Amino acid sequence: MHVLDNTRVERLEAEAVNSAKVRQPMYAARKKIFPKRASGSFRRFKWLVMAITLGIYYLTPWLRWDRGAFAPDQAVLLDLANRRFYFFFIEIWPQEFYYVAGLLVMAGVGLFLITSTVGRAWCGYTCPQTVWVDLFLVVERAIEGDRNARMKLDAGPWTARKLVLRVSKHAIWLVIGAATGGAWIFYFADAPTLVGELFTGTAAPVAYVTVAVLTATTYTFGGLMREQVCTYMCPWPRIQAAMLDESSLTVTYNDWRGEPRSRHAKKVQAAGQSVGDCVDCNACVAVCPMGIDIRDGQQLECITCALCIDACDGVMDKLGRERGLISYATLSDYNANMMLATAGGSGSVKPSLVRTADGLFSDKVSHFHIRKIFRPRTYVYMGVWSLIGLGLLYSLLTRDRLEVNVLHDRNPQFVTLSDGSIRNGYTVKLLNMIPEPRTIVVTMQGLPRADMSVVGDDIPAGRSFAIPVEPDRLKVLKVFVRQPAGQIQGTARTFTFRVEDKASFESDEYTATFNAPEIAR
Amino acid sequence: MSNEHIDEVSGVSTTGHEWDGIRELNNPLPRWWVVTFYITIFWAIGYTIAYPAWPLLHSATKGVLGYSSRDEVKNELTAAEAAKGKYVAAVEQKTVSEIAADDALREFAVAAGGAAFKVNCVQCHGSGAQGSKGFPNLNDDDWLWGGNAEQIQQTITHGIRFASDPDTRLSEMPAFGDIVTPEQITQVSAYVASLSGQIKDASLIEPGAKVFAENCVACHGDNAKGNKELGAPDLTDAIWLYGSGEAAIAAQVRAPKQGVMPAWGVRLGETKVKELAVYVHSLGGGE
Repeated sequence: MHVLDNTRVERLEAEAVNSAKVRQPMYAARKKIFPKRASGSFRRFKWLVMAITLGIYYLTPWLRWDRGAFAPDQAVLLDLANRRFYFFFIEIWPQEFYYVAGLLVMAGVGLFLITSTVGRAWCGYTCPQTVWVDLFLVVERAIEGDRNARMKLDAGPWTARKLVLRVSKHAIWLVIGAATGGAWIFYFADAPTLVGELFTGTAAPVAYVTVAVLTATTYTFGGLMREQVCTYMCPWPRIQAAMLDESSLTVTYNDWRGEPRSRHAKKVQAAGQSVGDCVDCNACVAVCPMGIDIRDGQQLECITCALCIDACDGVMDKLGRERGLISYATLSDYNANMMLATAGGSGSVKPSLVRTADGLFSDKVSHFHIRKIFRPRTYVYMGVWSLIGLGLLYSLLTRDRLEVNVLHDRNPQFVTLSDGSIRNGYTVKLLNMIPEPRTIVVTMQGLPRADMSVVGDDIPAGRSFAIPVEPDRLKVLKVFVRQPAGQIQGTARTFTFRVEDKASFESDEYTATFNAPEIAR
Repeated sequence: MSNEHIDEVSGVSTTGHEWDGIRELNNPLPRWWVVTFYITIFWAIGYTIAYPAWPLLHSATKGVLGYSSRDEVKNELTAAEAAKGKYVAAVEQKTVSEIAADDALREFAVAAGGAAFKVNCVQCHGSGAQGSKGFPNLNDDDWLWGGNAEQIQQTITHGIRFASDPDTRLSEMPAFGDIVTPEQITQVSAYVASLSGQIKDASLIEPGAKVFAENCVACHGDNAKGNKELGAPDLTDAIWLYGSGEAAIAAQVRAPKQGVMPAWGVRLGETKVKELAVYVHSLGGGE
């Protein structure tokens, strides 16, 4: 029998780089989430917020606002073609876009304020992603049933029934998506006109493209991707974490009264061991639209929609325990109670430390008080927010609706005419920023004996002229200012163009320069 | 990385890289993310096949869709030309005065003429048509050969003293240095300067007026107001092509400079010249 003699073969220290031991997955398959319907006060609040936000979004373009014969009557309209933005009684020209910038800053600071007081309330209640996912889930539950039915349907084979349910669910989702995309474009054109054009195929191609793109994104984000958008695509959860501190309210599982959790509380208690309030029923996990377990502590994925609070409160009611095993709590209260329950952080939670003999909470348990969220930081946010708001309001109420801008000709700066007088050319822009036609009187002040003439107009030369300006329009005039030879003083003199609306007494001024050659005769 | 390393806290395996004891967790990406990544790669490959992309030695791959940014520009230019079509046709048919009287047409002609001016005229007349010594300022109200739109059109079409155009505007001031005495030149220069109020020495004016009457009135007129038929400048105004003051006037009397402007009619065509005429007329000095 031949015996292998391997003594002369050296064994090398080598290993395949992708051997089974070290091979890791390139990707993680998404685990499907089937959120169970929750009921309770937070759920009712969320229905209300959903109705308000969706109502605002879908109905706003249909509100009318009378602005007279010369402006559109849509209450909120972004007229990109004419570069006008209408918001009820406010009309904004492109150069007044700082109002929008100011509102965005206010939205930002407002978000800081909300987040530092009540945590990720934006994510949990008002973010469009949350609201539309909620809406899509309503459809899903109505067609396929609640959590267990959906899980069963998903795991089951493809039957005719499953096909019908799935097709109708996705069809309704697509219709919602199309309605969402459709509502968006109504903000950019007269809604009643556009809706007619849309259905008769005469709307602009960009309208159809926009509807198609927004239908696709709504359907994909709201129906298919859902929690993936929040976890992987949205930067806000990462930023918001920096906004929270130990005095911010956030959805919290109160270990200090829940632990040690037990599914068989009676048996365990009979054995003489203590149990917490958590009966490990997983109701909080089942309702979570993000599919997480709040009992693992604060997580990036948690959008603080508070549905787990509703679910848990229902269970606590059944058990005859106090509500609030999962509750909005601040980190400082939570930490204080944890210290109490663990006797200063040593060892595990002992229910006997937070409850008295008759089962009530001990006096030492910290409870939330509204004054805890009012602290220097929130006052600063409120102050900044109000200051910007007041500033914008003041600026809005005192803004000019009649303006003049003047551009001096640069080349040539001046022209010597045959009689020796000096002429300067100016581009004068009159801005009539109200939707009414106005007659504007342009007057020059200063520059003795000089006069103005308007190029291409029959207005006689003089120191003042009146000119009609169309409603809500800019009128550009080419104005020649001419000063007789004997009056020239220096190479650069300033004078003023004054514009005035005699009817409303609104006026504006622009100081311009009159140039002359160095040696004027 | 011979052995899988599991992070104790998170229970997630690490990439095996370590920096000062810090390890990188190897959380796998979601499947849709990875799929999207691969789709973008395939999209990019498809894109480079469909559109011009890969550099070759002297050119680049053309792409199967036949896209070319040059063609795109060409199409846009063609479309722009087509859009201008009706204006250009109107400019062709109408006279310059008619064009100047029609607001929309004038606006078009001023824009088109302004562009042509920047290419063809600024070399002498300046970018603002402000001119310089020897090159007339086109913004003012003084016109050697007439400043209405038709006269401007005539000047642009045939030029001034442009030998190869038989219809060019032609006049030549003689060099009086050979005809009159230097003293007479001094006197007539003083007289001419006095017409626009520039002179102090009254003793020269009277004999100067005599010299003027004998030699200059034929072209410049009895009152020295000039003659646009001959391109003879008005000597009483404040505008001096070759400089004001006695010395400049004397130099011009002695040996006049004769400015030449090329004829643009053949080079630019009638339509472009009309647009230029309307533009120049619009500068503010037109009659």
